[in-house]
Amino acid sequence: MSVDTQYYLIVAAILFTVGATGVLVRRNALVMFMCVELMLNAVNLTFVTFARALDDIGGQVFVFFVLVVAAAEVVVGLAIIVAIFRKRQGATADDLNLLKG
Amino acid sequence: METVVFLLAATAAVVSALGVVMARNPVHSALSLVGTLFAVAVLFVLQEAHFLAAVQVIVYAGAVVVLFLFVIMLLGVDRHEMLDDPLPFQRPLALAAGAVALFGLLALVGGTVATGGFSARGPALSGSEGNVERIAKSLFTDFIWPFEITSVLLVIAVVGAIVLVREGRPGEAEAEDGDGAPR
Repeated sequence: MSVDTQYYLIVAAILFTVGATGVLVRRNALVMFMCVELMLNAVNLTFVTFARALDDIGGQVFVFFVLVVAAAEVVVGLAIIVAIFRKRQGATADDLNLLKG
Repeated sequence: METVVFLLAATAAVVSALGVVMARNPVHSALSLVGTLFAVAVLFVLQEAHFLAAVQVIVYAGAVVVLFLFVIMLLGVDRHEMLDDPLPFQRPLALAAGAVALFGLLALVGGTVATGGFSARGPALSGSEGNVERIAKSLFTDFIWPFEITSVLLVIAVVGAIVLVREGRPGEAEAEDGDGAPR
């Protein structure tokens, strides 16, 4: 027998919330990035769940695009973190107050 | 049987996700992230998304997390995180916001509010063909234009990463160096 759709959605909701709370709580830019990945994965799980529930391959194709965008985002984001680290000697998000008035 | 696998994978995913958030050391966070990604891949397999499960393991666990670990090791930020909080109310507020979001999402899952998209039904998921075949057919017919744009996006990301981390050459004036800090 197969597991009901709702349980997958509950797992995805928990994963998304943990990721979102992590972005708010942690102050290391790298860990914040990992939490964003966590949120993206939760949404991917929702997409796949609905793809099965609605019998529509579009959900799975969309997850494919989300994966590509996530990979590009990681590449650019880590490059930005490396560039910041060269100037500031630290990857804590609170130190980046250059635009503060 | 499927229920048992689901319970194991779901527990592993949630526990590893908590590990990502709570580990003091960024390296431990990255390793917990691998655990979550594997567990989600298992959940993908359970839902007959075999291709995506493989891509998840290869791209995420194989490339993205390795990139994370590279940067952690390169920068040497694997020691400590500043623990004194300039905004003392931020952490409880963040936890409260997370709790509200969780209850909201769970209420959405329980109810039948979000049933909008049924009319936008594409090619069917079930059938005699394999999962990879179906995704390929849909990707290269219905989604060919987004697929091409995706390749442009990847090229832009690669060029952007190179531009961002490139060291300025010695002869070059550091005009883009906003605050004029000495290197």
